[in-house]
Amino acid sequence: MIHSLTQGLMSKALISGLRFVGLLILQLLVLNHIRIGGYVNPYVYPLFILMLPFAMPGWMLLIAGFMMGFVMDLMMSTPGLHTAATVWLAFMRPAVVRLVSGRPLPESVEEPGIFQLGGRWFFGYSITLISLHHLALFLLESFSFNQIGSSLYRTLLSVPVSEILILLLVYLFSGIKKR
Amino acid sequence: MYNLFRFLQKNHLLLLFLLLETIAFSMLLRSNTYHRSAAFKLSNSISGRVYNVQKTVTDYFYLQQANELLADENARLREELYNLSEKTDSLKVQTPESVFSFMQARVVSNSVQFRNNYIIIDKGSAQGLHKDMGLISSEGVAGIITGVSKNYATAISLLHKFAVISVRFKKSGQLANLSWKGGDYRLGQIDHIPTHLELKTGDTLVTSGHSHLFPPGILVGTIAEYYPSTNEALNSASISFFTHFNKLRQVYVVENHHKAEIDSLINTRPYE
Repeated sequence: MIHSLTQGLMSKALISGLRFVGLLILQLLVLNHIRIGGYVNPYVYPLFILMLPFAMPGWMLLIAGFMMGFVMDLMMSTPGLHTAATVWLAFMRPAVVRLVSGRPLPESVEEPGIFQLGGRWFFGYSITLISLHHLALFLLESFSFNQIGSSLYRTLLSVPVSEILILLLVYLFSGIKKR
Repeated sequence: MYNLFRFLQKNHLLLLFLLLETIAFSMLLRSNTYHRSAAFKLSNSISGRVYNVQKTVTDYFYLQQANELLADENARLREELYNLSEKTDSLKVQTPESVFSFMQARVVSNSVQFRNNYIIIDKGSAQGLHKDMGLISSEGVAGIITGVSKNYATAISLLHKFAVISVRFKKSGQLANLSWKGGDYRLGQIDHIPTHLELKTGDTLVTSGHSHLFPPGILVGTIAEYYPSTNEALNSASISFFTHFNKLRQVYVVENHHKAEIDSLINTRPYE
């Protein structure tokens, strides 16, 4: 009993670890090379935080967000930028889950997903959090008041692209797991 | 004491959040000026290696293009060399020891789509690179080195909010500051041009050499569009860069051997 429980935990940690590395590689080697007009910068790595189990305590979410952001910053030579945005995302996640669900989630659902909670739920959940993340990121990136307009423009153009990519990824991968 | 514990227990999430954000912001603020934006050393060596692997694969697709660019440059240099030898022949000036030296480097990572873009090159402290060296492409100015690790260096591209370089109108000799406001990676901007200057689209801008990072006279860009101010104040213009930042592969690191000396002069101002 205990054995199988720890095994379950291990495999969950492993899946999260793989997701971390996979998203990192996708972000750095593919998405960071998308150059549409200079205002579209899609980011899918926050999906790592989005997909962590519901049972994960808040402090762990924050630490996970810090780690994800910090590694992104290391790779993109932008100290603090992605860290700040991703910690903010992790902090807001529980509140957004409550806001989008409206009622307590069924106990059988262990982690966010399209098939477990429905496409509409997942869309609302992901687009809210991705918008919060992107807005923080682009505001901090320009870090000046007279460029707020350009930061908002960036957010407005990038969020839909990120969101579509995230839905595609989640759809593809949860499809594999279901079958 | 009990109340304190209760407070900590009740608000531990908020406190942890604030703590982590404070760490993030202190990193962000510390890097938030050009002179202090020496990106982490660790990042250079790790990300340098990762991007290097990617580059070795993708480089093959651009060999022909790179060759053409280099051939063009060779031709231009040959021409300059020829003109130079003619001049020195008739003048017989004593050639000063060279102030600037150039080193070839390969771009392993580069971006154009962010508000602040960085270039990582495959030369580092082991090859004698250090902070505050200029980076030029075969076409024109490209960036400024801000951090080095053993075998790699990070530079802020001209497409960065801290990359403000001193330029000169080739025709009139007037000085201006060039910056990038985000968006189109082909267009930079200069503000505060005195209204009495007659400018035309197509006028060429070169480096002034006043930053001591670049030799004077390196090509920067041409005036793409000229905006006369409405209230008789200072004009501005958008500049189309000579360097194609989206195609950057081969660059040259410029070292000014007298920079330390000049900087020490600037820093010692006894009557201030």
